[in-house]
Amino acid sequence: MSNRFLHWFRSFSRDSLSFNNDGESSPRYKVLRRNMILIIAMVAIFPLVLMALINNYAYQKALKIEIIGPMRTMVNKTKHSFELFLTERLSAVSFIASAYSVEELADQKALNRIFRVMKNEFGGFIDLGLIDASGLQVSYVGPYRLKGKQYKDHDWFHEVAIRGEHISDVFLGHRKFPHFVIAVQKETTEGEDWFLRATIDTEIFNHLIASMGLDPASDAFIINRQSVYQTSSKFYGKVLEKFPMPLPPISLEPNVLEMEDSKGREILLAYTYFVSPSFVMVLVKPRGEVLRSWYTLKSDIFFVFVISVIVISLVVFKFTDVLVRRIEESDHRREITFHQIEYTNKLASIGRLAAGVAHEINNPMAIIREKVGLMSDIILSMSHFPNKEKFLSLTESTQKSVDRCSTITHRLLGFARRMDVEMEAIDLNELILEVYGFLEKEAFHRTITVQMELTDGLPQVNSDRGQLQQAFLNIINNAFFAVEDGGLVVFTTWEEAPDSIAVSIKDNGVGMSEETRQHIFEPFFSTRKGYGTGLGLSITYGIIKKLGGRIEVQSKEGEGTVFTMFLPKNAQKGKEV
Amino acid sequence: MKMEKLRVLLVDDEEEFVNTLAERLQLRNIIPLVATDGNEALRIIDAERPPVVVMDVMMPGMGGLAVLRQVKNSYPKIQVILLTGQGSTQDGIKGMRIGAFDYLMKPVRIEGLIQKMNEAFQASKQNEDKTGTTRP
Repeated sequence: MSNRFLHWFRSFSRDSLSFNNDGESSPRYKVLRRNMILIIAMVAIFPLVLMALINNYAYQKALKIEIIGPMRTMVNKTKHSFELFLTERLSAVSFIASAYSVEELADQKALNRIFRVMKNEFGGFIDLGLIDASGLQVSYVGPYRLKGKQYKDHDWFHEVAIRGEHISDVFLGHRKFPHFVIAVQKETTEGEDWFLRATIDTEIFNHLIASMGLDPASDAFIINRQSVYQTSSKFYGKVLEKFPMPLPPISLEPNVLEMEDSKGREILLAYTYFVSPSFVMVLVKPRGEVLRSWYTLKSDIFFVFVISVIVISLVVFKFTDVLVRRIEESDHRREITFHQIEYTNKLASIGRLAAGVAHEINNPMAIIREKVGLMSDIILSMSHFPNKEKFLSLTESTQKSVDRCSTITHRLLGFARRMDVEMEAIDLNELILEVYGFLEKEAFHRTITVQMELTDGLPQVNSDRGQLQQAFLNIINNAFFAVEDGGLVVFTTWEEAPDSIAVSIKDNGVGMSEETRQHIFEPFFSTRKGYGTGLGLSITYGIIKKLGGRIEVQSKEGEGTVFTMFLPKNAQKGKEV
Repeated sequence: MKMEKLRVLLVDDEEEFVNTLAERLQLRNIIPLVATDGNEALRIIDAERPPVVVMDVMMPGMGGLAVLRQVKNSYPKIQVILLTGQGSTQDGIKGMRIGAFDYLMKPVRIEGLIQKMNEAFQASKQNEDKTGTTRP
C-alpha cells in the first residue's frame, strides 16, 4: 500500500508541478530586451546624429566662407587690375587727344613722336590714328598701312560718336590677332569732331591673369556680355570663341556659384561684372579640389560618429543584456519560490488527507485487534476446544496482519506530521529506516541491494522531522532512479564532528558528468526527460540549508554518486524560504 | 490482605472496541465499566468512583482532555490513563500536564494495558492512604 500511495503521490506532484523548462528565455524577455535596446539606443544615438548633422552643416558653412572668401577677393582684385589698366590707357589716349591740336595729330611726324612716347610710357599700344568726322583715317602710326582707311561703318565709330569715348570688345579684325580699340572724341574750337583711335594687344590681359597665381586645376578668364571670350580659357575655349555655359546673373559685386560645368564637373564659379567695358571676370575652381579639406574633416566626423555609434551600441547591448538577465533571474527565482510554496502546500494537503485516512483506519483496526484478542482469550480459557492449535495460529496471524496495517498507518501519520514545521529530537538512523520503508517494495522488486551502515548510538539531532524526511526521500529516490535493477545503494551515518552528524547515500548507478554535477541543485534542472519536476534536489538543497546543514556530491560517470548531508545537532529554526 | 478486584472505567467512542476490551478484561479478573462519551463517563465516575479510568483522547462531543480536567478537579485520587492516536503524542503530553497517570499510544497490547492499570491502581491506593479519605 505504501508503494501505491507513493506512486500516486509522485505522479501527482509531477503533473501539477512540471512546466516548460526548455532553457530558452521566453518571448516576453526578448521583447523587453528589444524595447530597452531600441529606447536606450535611440536616446543615446539621436543627439549624436543631431550633433553630427549640425556640425556638418556648421563646418560646411564656415569652410565655404573660408574658401569662397579668397576666391571673391581674387576675382575682385583682378577685376580692379583690369579696370585700372583700361582706365589708364583710356586716360592716356584722352590726354593726347586733349593736349595736342588737330594739326599736330594730323601731322604724321608729330603723331609718330607722340606715339613713341606713349608706347614707352604705357605698354600694350600697337598703333594710333586720327580719324575725321566722316570716318576717314587722316594720319596713322603703327605696323600696318591703315592711313586713309574708312571706319564710317564700324561699330566702335558709332559708339564713340555717341559717348565721346569707347573701349571695344576684343576682335581679330584684319590683323589676325586679338586686340581691342580705345577711341576718344576730340572737339575743336570750331566745332569739328575728330576721333583719336588706339589699338591694344590683348596679350597684356594674359599677363594680368597670370599674375593671379592660379593653381593648375583653376581657370580664370574674361568674357563679354555676349559670352564671347576676351581672353583664352584653359579648359573651356580660346579667345573669341563662345563661353559654353549660360552667363551668370549680373552682379557688380564678386559672387560665387556652385554649379556643374559644361563637362559635367562640379565647380565653384566666382565672377564679377565690369561697369565698363561690359566684361565679366570669371574664376573657375573644381569643387573637389577646393573642398578637399572639408571632405577630410567630414570623413573625420563620420569616423568619430561611427565609432561612437558602435561603442554606444555595444554598451547598450551589454547593459541591456545584463539588466534583462537580472530581471529574468529574479523573476525565475520568484517563480521558484512560488512553486516551492505551492509544492509545500500540496504536500501539506496530502499529509492532512493521509492523516485523516490513517486515523479512520486505525479505529476499525483497533476493533479487529480486540475482537481477535478476545477470540484467542476464549479459546485459551477453554480446556477442550476442537482444532485449538489451528484457531490459535489463525488468530495469531490475524494479529500480525493488523500489526502490519498499523505500521502503514503509522508511516502515513509520520508523513503527515512533517508538514508542520517543528523542531524535535530525531534519531537519524530511525528516520532513514522510516523513509526507506516507503521504497522498500521498489528495492525488493528491482532486486536493489540496500546496505545500512548506520552507526549505533548516534546522537540525536534537533531538527525538523518532516523536512528531513522529504530531503532524504528525494535523494533516495534519485539513487534508486540512477541504479540498474540489481544495483547497490548504501546508507551510512556517522558523527562527523562534535556538533554535526553526517548522512551519506551512495549508489553504483550511472553517475553524472562534472557539468551536470554543477547544475543538479538548480531548480528545474532535470536529466530525466519528461519525468521529474527538476525541483527535487533543489528543494532538498533548500531544506538542508534551511536546517543549517550542507550537502556535498561526489560523482563519476558510470561509477555512481555519493550524496553526503551534514546536519548540525541543533538546527536553528531557519527563516522561511 | 484480601485481594481487591480492580475496577476500571473504559471510555471510548468506538462501542465495539470498548465492549470487546471490557470482555477481555473481565476474562482477566478485572471489573470493567464502560462509557462511550465524556458525559456518560462523568456520570459513571460520580456513581461508581472507579479508582482507574482508561480514556481515549479523541472523542466527539466532550474530549478526553476535558473529561480528565473535570475528573481531576472532583476526584484527584482517581488515576486516568489516556489513549492517544498515532502521531498525537502532543495530546498525551498535555494530558500528563493536567494530571493524567500516563498515556499509551494506540494500538495497545492488552498485557501492557493491564500492567499500566495495575500501576495506576497502586498509585491510587497510595494516594488514598496518604489523604486518608475513605471510600464507602
